[in-house]
Amino acid sequence: MHDVIPQGATDAPPKARGRAIVVTSGKGGVGKTTTTANVGAALAASGAAVVLVDADVGLRNLDIVMGLEARVRHHVLDVLEGLASVDEALVSDKRVPSLKLLAAAQTREKDDVDTAAFRDLIGTLRDRFDYVLIDCPAGIEMGFANAIVAADEAIVVCTPEVSAVRDADRVVGLLGDGRKVQLIVNRVRPEMVRKGKMLSVDDVNAILRLPLLGVIADAPDVIISTNKGEPVALDAASPVGSTYRAIAERISGTRSDEPELPREKSFFEKLFGGR
Amino acid sequence: MFDFIKKLFGPEPSSVTARERLRLVLLSDHLSLAPDVVESLKLDLIEVISRYCEVDIANCDVTFEQQEKQVAMLANIPILGMRSRQAPRAPEPPPAPAPPPASTSPAAAQSTAQPQPSSPKAGAGTGAPRRRRRRKPSGGVNPAPQAT
Repeated sequence: MHDVIPQGATDAPPKARGRAIVVTSGKGGVGKTTTTANVGAALAASGAAVVLVDADVGLRNLDIVMGLEARVRHHVLDVLEGLASVDEALVSDKRVPSLKLLAAAQTREKDDVDTAAFRDLIGTLRDRFDYVLIDCPAGIEMGFANAIVAADEAIVVCTPEVSAVRDADRVVGLLGDGRKVQLIVNRVRPEMVRKGKMLSVDDVNAILRLPLLGVIADAPDVIISTNKGEPVALDAASPVGSTYRAIAERISGTRSDEPELPREKSFFEKLFGGR
Repeated sequence: MFDFIKKLFGPEPSSVTARERLRLVLLSDHLSLAPDVVESLKLDLIEVISRYCEVDIANCDVTFEQQEKQVAMLANIPILGMRSRQAPRAPEPPPAPAPPPASTSPAAAQSTAQPQPSSPKAGAGTGAPRRRRRRKPSGGVNPAPQAT
């Protein structure tokens, strides 16, 4: 193996290896990147050392959702190819000091990623962080294979749509039996579910049969927060933010209750624009 | 098409349509079978069974159902009656008293061949016990059950 990762990059005492969790879905546009950003932010806000790795080489977006795009100097391929050290490439989040980002390369292609080198990089990061969250590209090609190779856990993000469930089902099959796979159902509209106009979480999970980490409402908060580049998970007043924080607690094991379904807005909340 | 019409005229919520579409699409994904393959499988099944029984073809239904970690095929094929063709086949099994050939014959042949030698001996036997007996010899290999 070529020496892509400088040794001695860590000055922290040796500790238990962190968990490498890939966030994946198969279908594009269901909220993988938003989920990665918010789950990562919530985990870091609870005190864990978290690094978010954007594996979507060629279509990098995690830095945008995190609001860190202006501070990216090096990307994951620079590190894999020995052009930058891990420390040079990691971007610190000023809002949550224990949260770091390793951005994807924007002008390169997914096939440029050396699978073995990427696996080694994730291994190095696991020695330094409690959580390594890998934002997987859409699809099930090379980029997907690279993103899942070093992860021993997966979060499948699925929306209540036939196409998303079908793709998620395919991805669950590809992830195999060797990984802990959990589910986040994203963009649920409780009112539509009640009226029978949207698949319910139970409908989705009757197919996927995965442990449920949480259910995210299709709420304006999420769109507004991505507009601003501020993860909604860090917004103490946002109900969606609190759902992300509950998901983080289920991941870390400090919470084991059944995930709550998003509730409908009351009449007065609608009237006064409450969220 | 049927789903489409139901959606137009019925009050059925779209999530029901979504559920059904999802079920069907995953079915063919999991089986790696196109829907027309399922249809021709159904026709083949009916054809085979029709050799032995009179089948209510209009009310045949072959579906696949997702179970824990697999898909099961459920065939509901109403039988209107037995074909009289069974009679000419009856003389064939008796000249083969040795149990091994009977047990090595394919399952489909066994099910029609076996009852014949047993019914003359246990004349009073009803249909139900005969069926039960048929299963035992396939595991036990011995001709003993015929004596019952």
